[in-house]
Amino acid sequence: MSDQVQEQVREFIGGRYPDAEISESDDIFQLGFINSLFAMELVLFIEKRFGITIPNDELRIDNFRTTRSMAELVERCSPAAVGAKA
Amino acid sequence: MTVSVTPLAERGPLAGTAVVRDRASARAFVDAHIIPYANDFERAGCIPQELLDRMSAAGLWAPFLPPDAGGAGMSMVTLGELHEEVGRGCSSVRSLLTVHTMLSWALQRWGTPEQRARWAVSLARGEILGAFCLTEPEAGSDAVGITTTAVSSGAGWCLRGTKKWITNGQRAGLFLVFARVGDGPAGSIAAFLVPRAAPGVSVRPIPDILGTRASMLAEVTFDDVRLDSDALLGPSGFAAGMVLTGTLDLGRYSVAAGCTGIIQGCLEACADYTTRRQVGGRPLRDLELIRAKVSDMVTDVRAARLLCAEAGRLKDAGEASTIIATWVAKYFASRAAARHAAEAVQVHGANGCGPDYPVARYYRDAKVMEIIEGSNEIQQVTIASEAYRESRP
Repeated sequence: MSDQVQEQVREFIGGRYPDAEISESDDIFQLGFINSLFAMELVLFIEKRFGITIPNDELRIDNFRTTRSMAELVERCSPAAVGAKA
Repeated sequence: MTVSVTPLAERGPLAGTAVVRDRASARAFVDAHIIPYANDFERAGCIPQELLDRMSAAGLWAPFLPPDAGGAGMSMVTLGELHEEVGRGCSSVRSLLTVHTMLSWALQRWGTPEQRARWAVSLARGEILGAFCLTEPEAGSDAVGITTTAVSSGAGWCLRGTKKWITNGQRAGLFLVFARVGDGPAGSIAAFLVPRAAPGVSVRPIPDILGTRASMLAEVTFDDVRLDSDALLGPSGFAAGMVLTGTLDLGRYSVAAGCTGIIQGCLEACADYTTRRQVGGRPLRDLELIRAKVSDMVTDVRAARLLCAEAGRLKDAGEASTIIATWVAKYFASRAAARHAAEAVQVHGANGCGPDYPVARYYRDAKVMEIIEGSNEIQQVTIASEAYRESRP
């Protein structure tokens, strides 16, 4: 699951920025191309592709730094995880 | 949050006002209550309270909100159609809808349950009107250049600064204000919900503007306005930029739809005028040069409408590509509106320069559309990046 999420996020970023080559631990904010427009697109993509809603308190920069942290975010916000928490 | 909402259309002096839920009912509303009076609105420099109340009765203010928040759960595609129809009638009225929509959407998307419980139903009913406060005397397209500050103060915030060119600033009861919350660069902007009644808020009307002359523009000053901690809307830090991006995206969508309405208005005005106006014993519409202008209007209004519908469809589907699709729709529609409004004045000749026809108003309003919610030049810079993306739709 985590690997699949990371791969799809990488594909999405690569579609927007073809020259970007990122590993699971690369900080995408250090790559210099992230702006608020792309950040919004990224959030919309993650919510749509993985069928989750990201609550305000999860919209922290650290959750979007790497594909790994985004995969962990998806895991936490998945319906099963949210249901178990409730 | 569950509320019981009695439609305003069922009570009071506006009883009988049909609720607007689709393009056809919006068109009927605009034909009856806006188009006959739009030039008067412009001359008066304001929208009469009676129309604002009637829009409440028709459920026009925020129908996209969910039913339990007082809305109708309307899709973005349908919302765009409504804004197009209102834009066909009067861009000033449409601009009030735009900023109210921006605030209401931001509240629904980013607000806490408590914030939504406090404001959503009143916004849906139009009992409180919203305004969007980003632009400042020295910061327009350069949004990160704003100097209004919100400083943490005790359990809340202290807001200080001046916003300019605020649509419906004269009448709005709730402002969505963007302010700098730290000394750092971009990510330190945050959004706040500020009631007009808060001590320290002052409003100065801006009269005699080029277009949307009835949009009740104002300069709004926040002089050490004390706000509770729950005035902060949405996340702070890096994600706060998304509140601004998302809100502007919806505003851009509404403006694009409104521009489509301007083109449709130009088309209808020209078709009507050139049918009745005679030249050399023949109706003006028989002239080939006139028909060329009208055919371009027919073509462009359909193209603009399709671009808006596509942007709306992508919003309804939650697709990330809606943001660029909306930029494209607004860019195309605003340029086409300005071009066709100029041609509509030309077709009407001297009559087009006077107050007896709508086209002079369309002309003034269309120019404004090339500047607001992202100037043409900002749009070009942004849209060009799409050409260099690997995966294209």
